[in-house]
Amino acid sequence: MNQRNPTISKGIDWSLVWIYLLLVAIGIMAVFGATYKEGDPIVQSFISFKTDYSKQLYFFVVALVLGLFILLTDSKFFSATANIWYAIGLVMLLLVFPLHSNVKGTESIIRLGGFNFQPAEFCKICVALALAKYLSRPETDFSKTRSQLIAAAIVLVPAMLTILQSETGLALVFFAFFLVMYREGLPSGVLVIGFATAALVVATLLLEKNTLAMILTGLALLVVFFMRRQLKRDKSILFKIILLWVICVGIQRFGVPFFFKNVLAKHQVERIYSTIGKDVPEEYLKGATPTQTPSGKQTNTADYNVKQSKIAIGSGGLFGKGLLKGTQTRYGFVPEQRTDFIFDTIGEGFGFVGSFVLLAIYLLLLFRIITVAERQRSVFSRCYAYGVAAVFFFHIGINIAMTVGLAPVIGITLPLVSYGGTSLITFTILLFILIRLDADRQMVLR
Amino acid sequence: MPVFNQSRSRIIRLIFLVSFVIIVAQLFRLQIISGEYSKLAMNNAVFPKIVYPERGIIYDRKGKAILNNSIMFDLMVTPAEVKNFDTTSFCRLMEIDTAEFRKRIRDAAFKNTSVRPSVFESLLTQQMQARFEENSWRFPGFALVERPVRVYPFNAAAHILGYIGEVDPKDIERSSGFYRMGDYTGKSGLEYTYEKVLMGQRGVQHIIKDNHNRLVGSYENGLFDTAAIAGRGLRTYLDVELQQLAEKLLTGKIGSVVALEPKTGGILAMASGPGFDPNELTGSDKQKNYARLVLDVSKPLFNRAIKGQYPAGSTYKPIGALIGLDEGVITPQSGIACTGAYYYCGRRYGCTEHWAGHANNLRLAIAWSCNSFFYNTFRLTVDNPEYKNPRKGLTVWKNYMSAFGYGHRLGVDIPSEDGGNIPDTAQYDKEYRGSWNSCTMVTIGIGQDKMLATPLQIANGISIVANKGYYYVPHFVKTIDDESPADTALLNKYRVKHEVLTHIPDSSYETVISGMQDVTIAGTAARIPKIPGVNVCAKTGTAENYGIINGKRTQLKDHSLFVCFAPREDPKIAVAVIIENGGFGATWAGPIAYLMMEKYLKDTLRAERLKEVDRIAAANLMPSFLKDLQRKEDSIRAFKWFEMRKDSSYIRKYITMEKPEHSSPLSKNKRSGDKVPVLLAAVLPGEKRSTTTRPNTTAL
Repeated sequence: MNQRNPTISKGIDWSLVWIYLLLVAIGIMAVFGATYKEGDPIVQSFISFKTDYSKQLYFFVVALVLGLFILLTDSKFFSATANIWYAIGLVMLLLVFPLHSNVKGTESIIRLGGFNFQPAEFCKICVALALAKYLSRPETDFSKTRSQLIAAAIVLVPAMLTILQSETGLALVFFAFFLVMYREGLPSGVLVIGFATAALVVATLLLEKNTLAMILTGLALLVVFFMRRQLKRDKSILFKIILLWVICVGIQRFGVPFFFKNVLAKHQVERIYSTIGKDVPEEYLKGATPTQTPSGKQTNTADYNVKQSKIAIGSGGLFGKGLLKGTQTRYGFVPEQRTDFIFDTIGEGFGFVGSFVLLAIYLLLLFRIITVAERQRSVFSRCYAYGVAAVFFFHIGINIAMTVGLAPVIGITLPLVSYGGTSLITFTILLFILIRLDADRQMVLR
Repeated sequence: MPVFNQSRSRIIRLIFLVSFVIIVAQLFRLQIISGEYSKLAMNNAVFPKIVYPERGIIYDRKGKAILNNSIMFDLMVTPAEVKNFDTTSFCRLMEIDTAEFRKRIRDAAFKNTSVRPSVFESLLTQQMQARFEENSWRFPGFALVERPVRVYPFNAAAHILGYIGEVDPKDIERSSGFYRMGDYTGKSGLEYTYEKVLMGQRGVQHIIKDNHNRLVGSYENGLFDTAAIAGRGLRTYLDVELQQLAEKLLTGKIGSVVALEPKTGGILAMASGPGFDPNELTGSDKQKNYARLVLDVSKPLFNRAIKGQYPAGSTYKPIGALIGLDEGVITPQSGIACTGAYYYCGRRYGCTEHWAGHANNLRLAIAWSCNSFFYNTFRLTVDNPEYKNPRKGLTVWKNYMSAFGYGHRLGVDIPSEDGGNIPDTAQYDKEYRGSWNSCTMVTIGIGQDKMLATPLQIANGISIVANKGYYYVPHFVKTIDDESPADTALLNKYRVKHEVLTHIPDSSYETVISGMQDVTIAGTAARIPKIPGVNVCAKTGTAENYGIINGKRTQLKDHSLFVCFAPREDPKIAVAVIIENGGFGATWAGPIAYLMMEKYLKDTLRAERLKEVDRIAAANLMPSFLKDLQRKEDSIRAFKWFEMRKDSSYIRKYITMEKPEHSSPLSKNKRSGDKVPVLLAAVLPGEKRSTTTRPNTTAL
């Protein structure tokens, strides 16, 4: 033990470690709360590896060991092998197509021994490393469109492969990396266009077709009216406005319907419409008619999940019902209770106060990561740190938003809290690589 | 590195913060502002299970339970657990075919999901229950579930006790939501009137259920649970052995027996014939039996004691005499020279006695039931010179009759009593356009014309005579166990002494009562065997009556009526008996009433009297036209069924047979027992025949 490298603990950002431990502890407690069966001996159950909370505990041990290995690794290793990891990640994503096991409708899982391995999950680390590596290359000039396109490709290739495995939720996570590019100088316009497109899509779903078309036309005419002076000088502006109007109406009239009809699966359409609280329009109803209850009312699983989730969280009140007292989360009303909807256990058991505290801890983690990112001398470390922040943020935000009915139900986990070895280990690795890089923040990695 | 991009870290932080604030705002809305979610959560996960208390028991005057609670079993099925199943042997055991088996399983799964137990067959017969219990291990997914039912150990008093049944939407509305679907409530008889007492207080157990509605445990360790409080018992005046005797004596007869305790108004026995065994309407055969009873044209479900409307006949005479005496239009010494008819109203009104002197005074007139005397008495009452106007006279008379309890509901403590009819001036004005006089209605003097009374009213009227002027409203329930103020309020109406006629001097009563005693010694009832050591006062009645047979108004055989009380010195029992189409009052009604009195006063019947009981019970006095009527109704129903379903199986026998089948309607139904419900379906489309439906959902 005396041989221990004295610099291992040196430079480590302990606040990140503590927040990490705290979140994992909350996670094990939440899994326990969600799956504990009345009358089981608690200590034995925790050791037995038969219950979910026991498994989560063991996953945590594995994750800690991996984390320790990462801390023992030379920080140069990560930047040096980033591209190799990316290649491995892509190969594994491709291997899924012939090798995947058909679990629960997803086609993204490879079974290794007794464990389910999901390359798409693992690929987040690879992309974070590869993107950081690319952006930190001295020859990369990120103000050039070519570099931006390459960076986008690094992110989008795994995303596309994931979509092909019908894991749209996981694929969307990759889009979070645009936040890294934004930090590194991607023009704000890209984000603005992104948001504008999103707003247009949402408006398309919410508003009646012709109404929206009229609003768009009205907006275009208003712009023309206010810019009539400039228009006199430069006729090409008029052309640009008309082009923009055509694109908008095109998206609204043809793009979105095409996307909904031909790209999205039936359950995804249902989930999206259930989030905005509307029935799926008939033109998007695919093949089989929705399940009809005897009363003639349509039931919709996505709708049911969110409704039960909202009931569970809403019934928590200010202080919650207490651990193991939540009737909704304990008796199977909320589906995917221990994984995607783990937040319900917190919401029902500990109420608004508990949920707020958990969110505060997450926000603290994100802000800490940003702080850590900004103090890096090495671009690689900074980019990687932003990548970590982006992935965490996307997971936390979308996961909680979907449990409270603000986002469509896409199956992504709550980092460090949700049950599941892949998720816990992925986020542990992501975070511990950051901690390792940060410990060597004085070095400039290439 | 481009330094200006550093500012973007702030924008990114801002994006994070704003996202989190939006989420927190939504959390705040869900958890703090909106209260509906905790209610939804309770609905979701907590099942308030109603714990039904044991229903109260009804006792007779000696403390014997006339009705009690027992357990029967429903066979429940959980369709999802029916696996590796020996359908053939199960079907053989349950006596159904496999198609029926599959249909029931499918129905159960459809109605109540396949993971929750539903009723497969309700109220198993004992043999079937025993057979199932022996073999239950072979049939996974099936289980027996207890179901409390009422049992009637004495097989008696069906009309009085009434029955319980599942509440219908109207009951729920009337109770402003107190009852819920599936609850039981008293539907008639004492079960109905004393529902609040018998029901007890329901308890609630809060049980947590999971997403499949399976019950998984107690909520908050039963903190919010309330215990059920058992229903309280009713102590009645009924003498169950007397009741059984009354019902036995009415076998094969249409009519009614009512026995009262004059001093309290307590009803000792009340029977209506034809009757039925209350146990027939509980248990596994209840639907079949109900169908049979409802289709029987002799109407066994009809309680004639409180709903039958009969001419009072000569049983009215003691009351007519008292009214005449009190009005001063006759005296005890008044007499009439009757030679077998009354001629003063323009035509001949007959009297059964011809010998001279049978109406020389009031006492004799009562003893020999002289019609002429009472025609005259009634006319004198109406034409009372004091009022100068027969309208006034009739009104005064009607007021007397009201005081004697006639012409209005008495208010007995079982529902759907009828009030009978005492005609008033308006009724005659309408019929005779205002031009009528005492001769128009002279037969009221012998309890005919438009006078109609229920057997209970007749019994109550004679109790008032026995009591010399007062009465208590006839009722069954003496006390309620652990009587609460609310119960007392319920019973108070029966504890009020109505001294309506005590202003009539005792001497008048004594004269009339002496006349009634003479009835049993020398008069119309003298040939009925005496009860040793008991002075009985009685009055026979033989009432003319008409029925509509094949569309024609036809005079039927006279009703046999009898009223009496005993002992004269201290009346303990008053009885009214009516046997429809039984002939003279002393022929059937009188002997029945005597047996009732003897049984009650002496507690047991002598051996030779038991023979008399058997003789009377064996006599079949059912009018012959009922058979034809039954056949007619059955064939009409069969024809309707044929028209509706093109199924000739029921109508065939009515076509091929030349002569009506001379069997009692009951036995016919029994023989083709399985067909009866089908016939019923044509009559009551709402009734479902299939035994898969729980019988308690029927309109029983």
